[in-house]
Order: sequence, then C-alpha cells, then structure tokens
Amino acid sequence: MMEKIILAGFGGQGMMLLGKLLAQAAIAEGKQVTYFPSYGTEVRGGTAVYHLIVSNEEIFSPVIEEADTLIIMNQPSYLKFKEMLKPNGLLLLNSSMIKVDNPPDATIYKVQATEIASKLGNVLVSNIVMMGAYLAIKKLFSANLILDQLQTMLKGKKGDLFAINKKALENGMQLIEATYR
Amino acid sequence: MKQLLTGNEAAAEAAIVAGCRYYYGYPITPQNELINYMSSRMPQVGGAFIQAESEIAAISMVHGSAAAGGRTMTSSSSPGISLKQEGISYLAGSELPCVIVNIQRGGPGLGDISASQADYFQAVKGGGHGDYHIIVLAPSSVQEMADLVYDAFDLADKYRNPVMILGDAQIGQLMEPVEFHKKFKKHLPQKTWSLTGAEGRKRNIIKSFYPVKGQLEEFNAHLQRKYKTIEEHEVRYEAVNIHKADVILVAYGTSARVCREVVKKSRRLEFRVGLIRPITLWPFPKEIIRKISEKVQCILTVEMSAGQMVEDVRLTTEGRCSVHFYGRTGGGVPTSSEVIKKIVEIVPNNRAANTLLHLAEVR
Repeated sequence: MMEKIILAGFGGQGMMLLGKLLAQAAIAEGKQVTYFPSYGTEVRGGTAVYHLIVSNEEIFSPVIEEADTLIIMNQPSYLKFKEMLKPNGLLLLNSSMIKVDNPPDATIYKVQATEIASKLGNVLVSNIVMMGAYLAIKKLFSANLILDQLQTMLKGKKGDLFAINKKALENGMQLIEATYR
Repeated sequence: MKQLLTGNEAAAEAAIVAGCRYYYGYPITPQNELINYMSSRMPQVGGAFIQAESEIAAISMVHGSAAAGGRTMTSSSSPGISLKQEGISYLAGSELPCVIVNIQRGGPGLGDISASQADYFQAVKGGGHGDYHIIVLAPSSVQEMADLVYDAFDLADKYRNPVMILGDAQIGQLMEPVEFHKKFKKHLPQKTWSLTGAEGRKRNIIKSFYPVKGQLEEFNAHLQRKYKTIEEHEVRYEAVNIHKADVILVAYGTSARVCREVVKKSRRLEFRVGLIRPITLWPFPKEIIRKISEKVQCILTVEMSAGQMVEDVRLTTEGRCSVHFYGRTGGGVPTSSEVIKKIVEIVPNNRAANTLLHLAEVR
C-alpha cells in the first residue's frame, strides 16, 4: 500500500494542517510517512503545496512525481498542479473556488467546502470538510483516528474549536455519501 | 514515541538531548524552524538562546561558549554560512569543538530558498582561510538528522574540532517520524583544556595566533596528524546493492534518496544499479569508492550542484573506471526518471540497461 497525495491551496486555507493530521494518523497506525511542505517567497494569495506519502514500506524520495490523489482548494492551484495526477487518479476539488475546465483524466469529486464551512459558522474549517470527503472516498484512516489527532492538537485554549471541526468532518463525509453513493 | 518533526526541529531537539545548552543564531530561510524551536526549547532546559545581531556575531558567541567548555551550536543557510567562514577558520585554528548546521539553499549570492547542494566545496575544502578541515556530516532523513546531530557533539569534543551538518532545504523542512532514542545528556565531564578560571591550576590558553617563527608550522603538523586520525577512524557511508553492480550511483543527502528510489525501481532487472551514499563528506569514504572502482564499469555521481563531490569521486577512482555526472542547480531536485535516463545514456548499447528506460516512464 502506498498513497501519494498532493495538497494545494492559498496560504491560509489549512492544507498544511490537513496533511499534518493525515501524517500523524499514519504514525499512530505504524505506517511510514513523509510530509514535504514547499513554500516559496510568494506573498499572500500564492499557492502553498504539500507532498504527503503514506506507505507500508520504506519511502525513499519524498518528492511526488505522480500523485494518486490531488486535494485542491483554489483555482490557481488547480491550474498549476492538475497535470501531476496519475491517469484516473482521485481529483478532490473545493468547488466553491474552482471552475473545472480542461479536467485531466481523473475521478473527480466536487465539494463546496468553503460554503459548507461558512454555513457551519467558520470558513477556516473548509480544510476539515475536505478531510471528511477524502476519508469517505479513500477510507485510508477511520474518522475516529483523525478526530483523535484533532483533539490532541486542539487541547487547551483551542479546545472549543473541536466541536465545529467534528461537524465539518462529518459534513464532508455525508456529502460524499449523499452525492456520490 | 515517534514524533512528526521537520529536519530542522529534529536537529534542534537532538542538540538539546546531546547536552547543547548554548545556541546562537540569526534567522534565514530555510532553517528558521531550527532557530524557532531553540527559542522556546532552550529556556525549558536552562540553556542560553540568543538571536544574535548577525551571523558573524553568532559564530563568535559560539567561539566564546566553546572556549569556556560548553556544548554549543549555531545554524544558518548558505549566504549566512558564507558570513560565518572567518569564525569557522578561527574555531578550527583554536581547536574548539562546536556544531554548525548548514541547511543549504540555491546560490550563488542571495540565490533562492529551494534545496541545493552547492556548498559542498565550501564545507569540505575549508571555506575559510588556512589549512584546516571540519568534519562534515550529511543526513538524508529526519531520523538521521537527529542521530547525526547527536553524534556531531561527541565527535567535536573527541577531536576538539568543529563539525558541520550539511543538509538542504528539503531535509530541513521535510517532516518525518523521528525518535530520540539516545541518552539525554545532563552532566558532561569538564573539559580540562577549557577556560574556567585558573585558580589553583596551570592556566589554559585558547588561541590561533603563533607569531614566533616555526611554532605555527609545528601547530599545523599537529593539526594534520589529527586530521589523518579522523580520516582513519570516522568515515561513514551506506552501501546498497553494490555487489556485482553494473553501475554505481554516488550521492548524498536529498540526492541519495532519489537515487535510492532508482535502485528500488531497478531491483527486478538484470541490470544492477547500486548506491554508495557518503554520510561523512569529510572524511570522504575513499576506500569503498576505490574498491568499487576496480570492479565496476562506470560510476554516476548525482548532486544538486553543477558538479562538486564528483571531483572527489574522480580523485579517488584515479581513472580506474569512468565517472559521470548528473546535476541540477538553483533549487532543482533531480527526479528518478532523470537519473534513469542518464544511466542509460552512459552505458550505451547495453540491452539490459535499456530495460531500465521504460521504468523512467513509470513515475
């Protein structure tokens, strides 16, 4: 088993955290993982991209040449990274902010993550909506395992944020179950 | 328990575990996670953290702490390491143990903030003035970063010599599971040569200035004997699949991980690809490369530079086999496909080698 995921969006859309949660879940399950954030000298509005590899075997190069999955949050990232996907790979898009033109050969799932998060009361959880959708599609980790990681991360002053994150995760999962199953 | 940390953070925590209590640095991308981690961690263990006013001030503070017998470290990235070179020469000349981390970025000049291995010459050939060497260790994973930083402090003390960790933006910012399994050092033996106040004992002198004719030559002879001992005892490398190999890749750090991917992809073919990964860049693993050059047709050195370590490979093989080079510069990281294509190019008319080529397409 080896899953290569590229996560991309505006800086501030929470892609870093999304990947970190998956990476920590991987460690908790005793899997191998590499997580490579690459940020440039861009100012606000640029694209932030992260390479995450989860595997049962040793991982050599942490740089993904061809991804199994793309999780994309905004239009510039979609245009920049869509060709990195392997044929018929998983393309998971935040359709609130992406207009799909010239899609690559892919299995496409569209999630209105920004809208869903706003309705829940905090646009910042759009990344966790995407997480829910991803878990519902690929079932790489259980929702409970991810919630455990979130709870650890949100202890102390941020503890109040757990409830809305949990809702966001569930909304993302339900959307996939309702729309695509 | 395994933690998810960047290479930079792992370097900082490993230094703490190794007993480093004096850290001085000046911020620069892509090593900022290191100085950031130190700023919060050092006070927790009762150590000193200073964000210095410049790189030169930081390396000079290291000089002071090292002379007083403490375990001390500084870190920076390429342009900042250039600024520290005067200080490094003085540390080597004063025989002061310390650890310097260079998380290389693209150059020359201000360059960019992407991964690079273009400071190899500066690190292993002596970036400052005078006949000196520093021990240079090149990690290729976050775990190895932690392990080598820990060992670096022991090596520095053992030989009274600066040790450099030569990483790059990728190894510095990459996150991987890491475990700090080595002993947490709290009480280190006092260094008998250090400047701790001479009351009741003969005074100690730390200096790199020998104005009396002949003394400096004598001191240099002493340094050279020390370097020879280090070369004899401290070489480290990893060899993968080298038995009966058709071609041997030589690469370190981030490039080595790409090459390891190539070795893995080719494992089911008749054409055998092996890898020698130097872990100590100085002392350079000459003996294994000399031995392998008697058995193999060609060696391919892969670097994120225009060709620096390849010169040491050529000096070591002395023409016994052909030595080729593939490199990317200015922040480019080689891909496994590029390396495979280069292998096929350097062993022409080899049917088995050509079977590799279709692997270049499998990404």
